[in-house]
Amino acid sequence: MCIPWHKREEVKVAKSPHAPRRSLGEHIVVALPYLWLIAFFLVPFVIVAKISLSQTAIAQPPYLPVLDLSQGFAGLVAFAKELSLASYALIASDDIYLLSYLKSLEVAGLSTLMLLALGIPLAYGMARAPKRLQPVLVMLVVLPFWTSFLIRIYAWVAILQQDGLLNRVLLALGVIDAPVVWLASDTAVHIGIVYSYLPFMVLPLYASFQKLDESFFEAAADLGCPRWRAFFTVTLPLVMPGIGAGALLCLIPIIGEFVIPDLLGSSETMMIGQTLWTEFFANRDWPVASAIAIVLLALLLGPIAAFERVQGPELGGRRR
Amino acid sequence: MRRAFVPPDNTPPAVRFEAVTRRFGDHVAVDALSLDIHEGEFFALLGPSGCGKTTLLRMLAGFETPDAGRIFLGGDDIGAVPPHRRPVNMMFQSYALFPHLTVAGNVAFGLKQERRPKAEIAERVAAMLKLVRLEGMERRKPHQLSGGQRQRVALARALAKHPRVLLLDEPLAALDKKLREETQFELMELQARLGTTFVIVTHDQEEAMTVAHRIGVMANGRLVQVGPPPEIYEEPRSRWVAAFVGDVNLIEGTVVAIDDGRIEIADAAGRRFVGFAQPGTIPAPGTRVAFAVRPEKFSVTTSAAALEPDALEPGTREPGTLEPGTLEPGTRAQSASEKRSRAVNRFTGHVADIGYLGDVSVYKVRLSDGTVFKAAVTNATRRAAPPIAWDDPVTLSFPPDAAVVLTE
Repeated sequence: MCIPWHKREEVKVAKSPHAPRRSLGEHIVVALPYLWLIAFFLVPFVIVAKISLSQTAIAQPPYLPVLDLSQGFAGLVAFAKELSLASYALIASDDIYLLSYLKSLEVAGLSTLMLLALGIPLAYGMARAPKRLQPVLVMLVVLPFWTSFLIRIYAWVAILQQDGLLNRVLLALGVIDAPVVWLASDTAVHIGIVYSYLPFMVLPLYASFQKLDESFFEAAADLGCPRWRAFFTVTLPLVMPGIGAGALLCLIPIIGEFVIPDLLGSSETMMIGQTLWTEFFANRDWPVASAIAIVLLALLLGPIAAFERVQGPELGGRRR
Repeated sequence: MRRAFVPPDNTPPAVRFEAVTRRFGDHVAVDALSLDIHEGEFFALLGPSGCGKTTLLRMLAGFETPDAGRIFLGGDDIGAVPPHRRPVNMMFQSYALFPHLTVAGNVAFGLKQERRPKAEIAERVAAMLKLVRLEGMERRKPHQLSGGQRQRVALARALAKHPRVLLLDEPLAALDKKLREETQFELMELQARLGTTFVIVTHDQEEAMTVAHRIGVMANGRLVQVGPPPEIYEEPRSRWVAAFVGDVNLIEGTVVAIDDGRIEIADAAGRRFVGFAQPGTIPAPGTRVAFAVRPEKFSVTTSAAALEPDALEPGTREPGTLEPGTLEPGTRAQSASEKRSRAVNRFTGHVADIGYLGDVSVYKVRLSDGTVFKAAVTNATRRAAPPIAWDDPVTLSFPPDAAVVLTE
């Protein structure tokens, strides 16, 4: 009859042979974010990396060597000779640092799982709520940001303390006979973290759930898949990028979290942020503090790279 | 046109709508609609957007619940059956292919829900992809396919479960014209081969005419006419259907003379027109009726050539008016009636507009009182001689049996 179906059309990929020429103004616009990153990210990073290779000293600033450019090239050589990996050796030799890193990973991992368990149903429910109600629900999720983060954590201290709201409610309900010690425990840290980070989990998830076309669910139902099963076979796979984004958006900052474990956690087990703070402010050991920060950054590179992989195609549209 | 469809005897209709109503707030989307669709039939629901055709299809799939009335599938009331248990499958206008699954995964989706053995699923998927000629595309993801290929994956997926009825919601709307036309023939061929009942929803009358055995024309939630394509086109029951399906000239007038089935009307300008009404539907004298004449039923001749041999003494009456008493049945002498019948339904005017479409040319001819008739002439030869140009005086005529007498 005519040309067979499969030969009729090819997937056409438009590729322009010449990249468009950029004007000076466009070059400046493109350069601005790079300049920003160099000034406020790369330069501080180099400074921190340099401090991590120095030694403590009772001086101002409290480390040596300090680069003295007035001596010219000889000064630079002398400076380079003074650098050492002593701080890294210390971090590797003493368990306290390793334990801190592990503690951070454990708290962050567990909290992220709890955030997922809470966030997925919450976001799904929001996305399936009546259209006119949805802005209100998003508003409610964002509302806590209107109060200072620190004040909200202090509020949790008040809620969780011995004669706090939580214990009084549980006693009144007869769930417990004697007040429970909540504060200064991992439980309190997890409560604080889950509470603080929930919006960061819910919002990207909500965005992914909401983007789903209703016709996918109709197609699933039409093909014999009941709604509850479609949640697992269709909905979850389609929102995977959102789930990944939400999980990493929480996991990464939680690993470095300082305020919540400091105010709600016990002083016996420290997360890496607290260890870093102690080295910097209590011990005035800037090189070790800097080395901790560099190692933390190296550890986070894995998850950050994963985040990029998940988020890249999301931001740039589907890769074809 | 496709082969006529003979509905099987003694079997319940594949689909039966019984006084089905669906309202959205104050809007009645489907209004007490009743319809039978036969087993093995290719049925098209045709209507403008918002006429309720998609709602009707979605009620059959189970995505909408009727507010009143019942829907039967093969004789069983399916009112209480949820969509995932209905033995019908739908091809969505957006295709709704699962982006996270491959072509094979999409086609297998429905079969996996039935927990069929793996080997059987694989075999069925291969057969389906062969059917729509997508072999070798199994591992592709939907976004790696062209629009036409996606359309075929959607079709394969909807057919994979052997549905009792296949529902097609504007299935070709996203394709370009050429591909759409080719795919229409493919669809027909496929339907004939499988023998499955197909119900297609479309706003494209050419598509409905091409693919369907029968067309149900819908307007405002009601079926205004149901019939095979030639019947819908040549015997529209109302002015609305005549105007919606294809192009038409509607000549409004009052019945002035009736002779058996032969009706003569006079329009506002006093012109007389002759047509034949269907037996049993003959309007009384004085009734306001419309003659529906398709543009291709007109013949167009340049006036100079047309007026010569059988012109009826110019000056005694306007060209185009009918001499009372012409065309009495039975009394016509061969040559005289030839002459007279050519004098019936004949008007002169000037060409106001020409639409050259290649295969046909459409002429808009303005009569002396401003009335415009649209006539379509097939360009059977490469060069019409003499060519008709803008402002040329021309004579239009149509045979009396070309007019459909409409009272509605």
